[in-house]
Amino acid sequence: MATNQDAEAAVLSDDMAASSPPMGMKVIVREFVRDKLALASLILLVGLLVTIFIWSFLIDQDQVTNVSLWDSYLRPMAFSEDPAREGMRFILGTDSAGRDIFGLLIIGARNSLLLGWSVTVVTSIIGIVIGILAAYYAGLIDNIIMRIIDFIMILPQLMIIIIFITIVPTYNVLTFALILIVFNWHGQARFIRGRALTVGRLDFISASKTMGTPSLVIMLREMMPNISSLIIVNLTLNFAGSIGLETGLSYLGFGLPPGTPSLGTLVAYATNPDILENRAWVWLPASTLILVLVLCINYVGRALQRAADAKQRLG
Amino acid sequence: MWKTIFRRILLMIPQIIILSILIFIIADFMPGDPFRGLVDPNLDPAQLEAQREAFGLNDPLPVRYVRWVGDALQGDFGRSFNYQQPVVAVIGGRLGNTVRLSLLSVILTYLIGLPLGILAGRYNESVLDKTVLVYNFVSFAVPIFVLALLMVWIFGYNLNWFPSRGSISINANTTWERWTSQLYHLILPSITTAILGTTSIIQYLRSEIIDAKVSDYVKTARSKGVPISKVYTKHIFRNASLPIASGFGFTIVSLFTGSIFIEQIFNYRGMGYLFLQSINTRDYSVIFVLVLFYGFLGLIGTLLSDLILMAVDPRIRID
Repeated sequence: MATNQDAEAAVLSDDMAASSPPMGMKVIVREFVRDKLALASLILLVGLLVTIFIWSFLIDQDQVTNVSLWDSYLRPMAFSEDPAREGMRFILGTDSAGRDIFGLLIIGARNSLLLGWSVTVVTSIIGIVIGILAAYYAGLIDNIIMRIIDFIMILPQLMIIIIFITIVPTYNVLTFALILIVFNWHGQARFIRGRALTVGRLDFISASKTMGTPSLVIMLREMMPNISSLIIVNLTLNFAGSIGLETGLSYLGFGLPPGTPSLGTLVAYATNPDILENRAWVWLPASTLILVLVLCINYVGRALQRAADAKQRLG
Repeated sequence: MWKTIFRRILLMIPQIIILSILIFIIADFMPGDPFRGLVDPNLDPAQLEAQREAFGLNDPLPVRYVRWVGDALQGDFGRSFNYQQPVVAVIGGRLGNTVRLSLLSVILTYLIGLPLGILAGRYNESVLDKTVLVYNFVSFAVPIFVLALLMVWIFGYNLNWFPSRGSISINANTTWERWTSQLYHLILPSITTAILGTTSIIQYLRSEIIDAKVSDYVKTARSKGVPISKVYTKHIFRNASLPIASGFGFTIVSLFTGSIFIEQIFNYRGMGYLFLQSINTRDYSVIFVLVLFYGFLGLIGTLLSDLILMAVDPRIRID
């Protein structure tokens, strides 16, 4: 059977060598070449990620969180006024406790990105598993899962997340991530289920079932590859969403625990009207970085989305 | 029609019961007395325990749930410890502010979204369409708290065009002054909400109109001599607005929920602000009722959306 298929494939590829349709990576590359803005976003995004991660390795976190009242609210580019920290220069100024805003920005961005990415990956895995299970078994199981998801959608999620964060007994990065995951998987599951349902109705799945292929194999090797491009698109778009959620919660004071700087905690300085109005260098860089990151990630996601759907491609 | 509505409302009862049980269980993890607000949550553990015992809070969960439902059905949702007032009165006091803000936001959202969506769909591939698409992309991606902060910073503090905090000026005395002052305070937060709220309206309208352009009923209308502008207003728009109508139930409900971020950033004393304040002062009875209220609104929103969709689209029969 396998050799037969291979032979057929060989014949087909010989036939179509002249005008083989672009596949996989090629489509994606072409999409980015056609859309200059997407290419620019991708380059900017990769540049930012590399800078943030390499720089955060070079920075000594203790030195960044080092407090010095001499240096309270220094303007950007100012030199330290603390004799003990002579010669230090603060590119983006300092906060009330004399901490270097630039260092906090880099470390905060790293933390926000890492947390956003972990939450996205875990919620996506849960979403894919549940979505494919619901789509494959359909009927009663699908009904139960969808009723649960509909129910979670009705709940005021932001409020419930905040409540859980305030009542959880040991609050740290892990519990925070877990809470975000618990209240975010359903959107993914719903999306994946919708797409997997259409795939599940295709003839080759029915044929596979008739042939007695084990369910697990059908789900993993036949249904999942068919929605893999959607999974990648979804991963990108949700990454941006997770960063937005985490920084938003950190802004409100219900995000990453104190001692773990986040872009949101830097923006949260702006809850103080004086800082908001007169000391914009404290919160504005973090807000701008959030904007740039989220816009770039989304734009790259859109380009991937177009590449995944032949009807929308530019090239 | 009425039969369906009646059946849907009957179906909501078990949903409300499940919702209340779930939220009751979550609330049970809160210290103090989240259900009646009689116990001071800031007491030390030993005293807290004694008070909980005295108020019957250590009874089994089902017993307390039934007791709480009994009170709730008589309109008694407990007291706010922070305000020393019934929770219903505390929430009622904030509801007006939130409804005013949300109403203006919804009106602005549709004022921006409908024309942009229609024009982008009608003249798709034009410069206008491309601009709208960029705007739509940005409004989808930008987190609301970042935009709100930038708006306050630029238009509130730097340009001084709008008040940046609160819901009314302290100098407003006469009815007219109060009214204008309130409206003036509403403008910036509602514009911010509206700018980010148009995404789905524009997206649905635009793609529906593009699809409708080549459909048979449009060709028929054109060939029997209906002017093109009339085809758009009378034929296409009605069909293209169906997906928006299906979300309208949630729009109505959103009038009462407000936004935590917007109200926090603009220091606007509405429901979202009350929620954050209650979290910070550990006013658990208020939090509990707020979550329940929002969950209930979510259920009503689904019901309304289905009913509206059924009313505007006779092809749909929801049982």
